[in-house]
Amino acid sequence: MAVMLPRATVAYEVGASIAGGSRAWRRFALNPAALVGSAILLVMVSVALAAPWVAPHDPAKQSLLRRFTPPMWQTGGNAAYPLGTDQVGRDVLSRIIHGARISLLVGVSAVLVSLVVGVSAGLASGFMGGKVDTAIGTVVDVSLSFPQILLALAFVAALGPSLVTIIVVLGLTGWERYARVVRAEVLALREKEFVEAARAIGVGRLRIIVRHVLPNTVSSIVVMSTLQVAQAILAEAALSFLGVGSGNAYPTWGQMISLGRDFVTVAWWLATLPGLAILVTVLAINLVGDRLRDALDPRTI
Amino acid sequence: MSAFLIRRLLRFVVVCIGVSLVTFSILHASGDPVALIMPEAPEADRAKLRDALGLSDPLPTQFVRFVANAARGDFGQSFFHREPAFGLVVERMPTTLGLTCLAVTLALAIAIPVGIYSAVFRNTLGDHAATAIVFLGQSMPVFWIGIMLMLLFAVQWRLLPVSGWGTWSSMVLPAVTLGAFTTPLFMRIIRSSMLEVINLDYVRTARAKGLSEWLVICRHALRNAALPIVTVTGLQFGLLLGGAVLTETVFAVPGVGRLIVGAIRQLDFPIVQAGVFLLAIIIVSVNFLVDVLYVYLNPTVRLH
Repeated sequence: MAVMLPRATVAYEVGASIAGGSRAWRRFALNPAALVGSAILLVMVSVALAAPWVAPHDPAKQSLLRRFTPPMWQTGGNAAYPLGTDQVGRDVLSRIIHGARISLLVGVSAVLVSLVVGVSAGLASGFMGGKVDTAIGTVVDVSLSFPQILLALAFVAALGPSLVTIIVVLGLTGWERYARVVRAEVLALREKEFVEAARAIGVGRLRIIVRHVLPNTVSSIVVMSTLQVAQAILAEAALSFLGVGSGNAYPTWGQMISLGRDFVTVAWWLATLPGLAILVTVLAINLVGDRLRDALDPRTI
Repeated sequence: MSAFLIRRLLRFVVVCIGVSLVTFSILHASGDPVALIMPEAPEADRAKLRDALGLSDPLPTQFVRFVANAARGDFGQSFFHREPAFGLVVERMPTTLGLTCLAVTLALAIAIPVGIYSAVFRNTLGDHAATAIVFLGQSMPVFWIGIMLMLLFAVQWRLLPVSGWGTWSSMVLPAVTLGAFTTPLFMRIIRSSMLEVINLDYVRTARAKGLSEWLVICRHALRNAALPIVTVTGLQFGLLLGGAVLTETVFAVPGVGRLIVGAIRQLDFPIVQAGVFLLAIIIVSVNFLVDVLYVYLNPTVRLH
C-alpha cells in the first residue's frame, strides 16, 4: 500500500498536467495575437533557414555603380533592389534576410546556455538549501549587479569576438532569472505530497529532482525561455551595433544599423529597415511568450 | 531592524567582493594584457613590463592587490590616455547619471498617469492602446529608437542637434530616447501594481466612505502601489544604465558609457575595469538603499 501511494499520486499529477496542457493549448491557439506572432515567427525561421535561396542577391556583393539606391517605392528606386542598396552597393533586402540567421541562431543558442546553467543552479539551490543556496544566491546577486550589455561587451572583446564567444557570454550573463524562478518553484514543490511520498519510499534525491520536480517546472521554463530569446536577440543586436559582433564576414542587423547611422543624412533606409526587422521579430516572440504565459498560468485554469 | 540591517550590509560587502572578482577577471580573460599594450615588443621587454605591473604574481595575490587598489580608486593608468583611469571615469559620471535621471523623470511623468488610467479603465480601448505601446516599446532596440528620433527631429525637420551634450536642446533627444526605453517598463509595473490594490477591501472602504474616486486612487491606492515601483526601479537600474550606454553611443554623449565602449574597442583595460566596477557598485548601492527603504516603508517585511 505504501508503495502504491506515490505511483498513484504521480499518475494523477501527470494526468492533470496533460489535461491542463490541452486546455492551455486551446487557449493559446484561439488567441489572435498568439496566432499572428506564431505566423510571423514561422515565416522568419523559414526565411532564415532558406536564406541563400530566398535572398535575391549575394549579401556581400558590392557594386560601386549602385551605391545608395533607394527602396523601390522611392524615385530612383529599382525593383531589382526592393529595399535599396547600402554605401558599397550591397542589396539591403538580401542582407536583412541573411542577418535573420545570426539573430535567431544567437538568440536561441544563448538562451539554451542560460537555461542549462540557470535551471541547474535553481534546482541545486532549491533542493540543497543551506550553504549551496547562499552561494548561488550570492552569484546571482553579483551577476545582476552589472549592466548585462556592458559586461557582455567587455568579455566578448577580451576573449576575442566570435559567434561562439557571443553565444556563451550572452548565455552566461542571462541565466539569473531561470535560477531564481526554478529555485522558488522547487521550494514550493518539495513540500508537495507527491514529492514527500516519493521521498518516503526511498527514491533518491537526484531521481526526485529529475523525475518528479523538473517536469512540473516545464511550463514556467518554456514561458521564460520564449521571452528570454527576445532579450537575447536585442542583446546580440546591441553587441554588434557597438562593434563587437561576430566579425564582418556575415551581415547582422545590429551591424547594419550601426553602419546606417553613419549615413543617416543621405540614406534613411540603411538604419531604419534592419531595425524594423528586429522590431517585428522581437515583437512576435514577445506576443507568443505573453500568450503562452497567460495560457499556462495555473491560476486561470 | 538592526539585525536586518547588519545582515543586509554583510551581503552588500560580499556582493561588492564578487563584483571585484568579475571586474578583475575581465583583464585576465584577454589572455596576456601585456601583448595588447606592446604588441611589437620583444619577449624580454614584455616580461619586464609584466613584472612592473605585477602580472607575474600568483592570481590570488593580484586579486587582493586589485581589491585594495580599487577601494582607493586606483585602477592604474589608462593605456591610451596616459592618465589615471578612475579619474577619467569619475569625470564623466555626472553626465551619465544626469541623462539617466532626466530619462527616469520623463518616463515616470508619462508612465504614472497612463499606468493608473490603464488600471482604472481596465480592458477599455485606452488600456489596450497602452498595452500595445508597452509591447512595441519593449521590442525595439534602444539604439534604434535613438537613430529614428535623430532621423526625424535632427535630419528631417532640423529641430534639434544630431549629437553632443551640454546645451538644453542637445539633451532632448538622448533623454527622450532613454525615456522611451524606460517608459514601457514603468507603465507595466504601475498598471499591475495598481490592479493588485484597486480591489482590496481598504480601497472599497475608502470609496464607501464617500471619498471621490480621484482621492481614493491618489491617496489610498497609489500609496500602496508605489512600493513595487520603488523595488523594480532598483532591480532594473542595471538595465537602465545599459540603455544609457547605448544612448550615449548613438548621440556621442560624453558619458561613462561612451568612454567604456571606446575603451573596449581599444582594449584599454584600466578604463574598462574602472568604469564597469563603478557602475556595478552604483547598482549594488542603489539596490541596498532600496531594500532598506522598503523595510522602512513596509513594516510587514521586518518580521522576516
